[in-house]
Amino acid sequence: MTPTLDTDLELRANQVKERLDAWTREIVQWHFDPNSGCPFWLNWAAEAGWDPRKEVHSYADLDKFGNFQDEWLRGGPVRRWVPKAYANSPISTFETGGSTGVPKSRISINDFRIDYELFSETLTEEHFPKGADWISIGPTGPRRLRLAVEHLAQHRGGICFMLDLDPRWVIKLIKWGEMAMMERYKAHVIDQALTLLKAHPNIQCIFTTPKLLEALCEKVSLKKLGIKGIFCGGTEMTPQFCRFAVEELLDGVYFAPTYGNTLMGLAVHKPLSADDGYAIIYYPPTPRAMIEVVDFDDSTKVVEYGQTGRVRLTTLTKEFFMPRFLERDECERERPHQMYPWDGVRNVRPFSRFSSSVVEGVY
Amino acid sequence: MIHLPILRKGKPYRSLTVSTTPHFRTKEPFVEMSLANSGLIRRDMLDQEESWRILQGFRVQELVDITKRAGEHYLHDTLPLGDAAQSPEDYIQQISATTGLPHAMVRRNMKKIYGVMAEIDAVLSGLTRGMDMRVLDDGYGAAGGHAVSFFPRGFSLGVVLPSNSPGVHSLWIPAIALKIPLVLKPGSAEPWSPYRVIQAFIKAGMPAEVFGFYPTDHGGSGTILQSTGRCMLFGDVGAVKSWKNDPRIEVHGPGYSKVIIGDDCVDNFEEYIDVIATSIAENSGRSCINASGVWVPRRGREIAEALAERLSHIVPKRADDPDSRIAPFASPAVAERISKMIDAGLNDPGATDVSAAYRGANRLQVFDGGTYLLPTILHCESPEHGLANREFLFPFASVVEASHEQMLHAMGPTLVVTAITHDENLRSRLLTSPHVGRLNFGAIPTMKIGWDQPHEGNLFEHLYARRAFQQIAVDAEHSQPVGV
Repeated sequence: MTPTLDTDLELRANQVKERLDAWTREIVQWHFDPNSGCPFWLNWAAEAGWDPRKEVHSYADLDKFGNFQDEWLRGGPVRRWVPKAYANSPISTFETGGSTGVPKSRISINDFRIDYELFSETLTEEHFPKGADWISIGPTGPRRLRLAVEHLAQHRGGICFMLDLDPRWVIKLIKWGEMAMMERYKAHVIDQALTLLKAHPNIQCIFTTPKLLEALCEKVSLKKLGIKGIFCGGTEMTPQFCRFAVEELLDGVYFAPTYGNTLMGLAVHKPLSADDGYAIIYYPPTPRAMIEVVDFDDSTKVVEYGQTGRVRLTTLTKEFFMPRFLERDECERERPHQMYPWDGVRNVRPFSRFSSSVVEGVY
Repeated sequence: MIHLPILRKGKPYRSLTVSTTPHFRTKEPFVEMSLANSGLIRRDMLDQEESWRILQGFRVQELVDITKRAGEHYLHDTLPLGDAAQSPEDYIQQISATTGLPHAMVRRNMKKIYGVMAEIDAVLSGLTRGMDMRVLDDGYGAAGGHAVSFFPRGFSLGVVLPSNSPGVHSLWIPAIALKIPLVLKPGSAEPWSPYRVIQAFIKAGMPAEVFGFYPTDHGGSGTILQSTGRCMLFGDVGAVKSWKNDPRIEVHGPGYSKVIIGDDCVDNFEEYIDVIATSIAENSGRSCINASGVWVPRRGREIAEALAERLSHIVPKRADDPDSRIAPFASPAVAERISKMIDAGLNDPGATDVSAAYRGANRLQVFDGGTYLLPTILHCESPEHGLANREFLFPFASVVEASHEQMLHAMGPTLVVTAITHDENLRSRLLTSPHVGRLNFGAIPTMKIGWDQPHEGNLFEHLYARRAFQQIAVDAEHSQPVGV
């Protein structure tokens, strides 16, 4: 009997789950083996009094770790996160947060390249042509995005043009109420971008943030400049923003919203649809990372499909193991999709219980 | 549920992002509004000049006529409300549902809005000191025997509106007759009035393109303030803090309005209790022109007792009771926070809640599903007390004892001062004070305003600047330069 669409999807979703369980076992073995693991997790296991290699048999067993504490990533020595197997490799460190206080740091060797190469497979030749040059109009400095977008361009045979943008300065300006100065800084960033866009006609693809995309489109028609695809991320996007971008900003230039961060990696989006109210639906790069939606008051409980909850991230790579990290976002749990037969998330937005303390900037 | 769309140059736009405002009593969602994202507002503001040019096609007298007709439509007609229709009675009930204002107060505010439209001639005359408005049509003319010419400081007036009371809408309405398009951000609990005024104007013959109506979030409000040529901003201390030094923006924060009784009149205070009580409690104390301070040189405690007794008769009644004189808070949590703030202030010695003896210790009361703060009169022994110069969104005032010199030194920015005194020195010092926005000599309620006496900024001067101007007449016989 030919399987129906739903049963086919269910079959594939089960295969994904089996693959995730196997990958979880492999990653836990790696990180808790004294020959390959990093000092942080080996010390953690010694203090915890149980051996994850013996007790973790599935992805669900990662609950035994409790929630990953983001304080563990603030401050040094950062090398405690470097797996012994990579001790002699060139190490990068990427930061997240840090407007005030010590930022969180994540070490990386090749993860950012692998993540963006996998993401590259989801981009179409029509909208992100091989050999086309890119421009990254987004945060630079210690951000993973800065190297990752450049690698994405290079991986697709292009060159990535860059400009300077310090998002921590933008957040400070907003906190100080220096809105006019913030606008001037934004204009400074856009001026840099326009100069490059006009001088380099082979730039056909852009990475940028929602607010900078708006500002850019106030100045030029990206279609007339020859842009074919926009890869957009870095801050919250609402369905209304996506609709506005598609209907009023981009003249048909393809718009690819993304959700990602330094700790987890990069999620791909299900193509936007007016019929679906421009809902922004992301699927994590399973099995290298998982995005789950958990109960606001019980972070061990995954909510039902369609229900709202807090975002919980788990990163499972040989470079970085981060089980059950509670993100400062909320969203709805989304069913698997034919293109991505595993759980997704819908309409990610800042965690409402933190809303008074979260400042989002232009970047 | 009623849905209010965004109006982009008059055209309805339904956003995918919405906010809902509940009924103050049932707490059930009552109205849904489309919320504009910042980029959408910013994009619409790119060609403000187009809307401005539409208004330049009218003479001021035509706009005055339209404004008067719009006033009639506003007061009497059923007008569009999103996809529905709104009668005047619907309007009254809807404002009451989301702000808590009793119907009788809404009706009074409605008449105030109508008044500014019906008397737009007098309003313009007050704003321009009687200037012949044809000056704006021709670009130049004469006033008081001198050549005058004015140019607009911007192509639109952006207004970030509050939710506390509909009366504030009378401040921006004259912009249309002054040929300046409007970009309005309504308060979350009071979108009704700006939407209805716009619809009344459109029905009266005003092109819809000159109106923007953008319910939005904090970021969108900032975009309006950044993108429009001239602005008005209504809000509390925190909301206006970032913008108060921007000369494009006329800030309407707390008023800290006061009644001052001089040493020469204070022994006759009983004569003024009615005027003071009205100044404190009219419109449920929700206006910046409500008195929040009564400053006297002596006998403060007696005055506080008399006011507390008088105001203790104001008690919650049903919204449709014509005698209802106090409004509940749309958000009970806000009422609770304010009450706690006052109690915390009273822990510092030197201030007493005099009303407690008349209404009971608990000023917070729940009635018919609404949460009220009952009238509260404090007695403060000196202006230094932390509660001496505060303003809250209910009938609240501190009776503060201070010498004339202390009053002038400590009163700070005060939107309205009613000075009951014949002391020439005190009067003179008030006349020269940069802190006083509107000055009443004599027992005039702080709430009493005259259309020919604009306060808290002059809209005409906010929207237009005067340039030096002279010309050589085309006719050779009149070839002397005009003006200086």
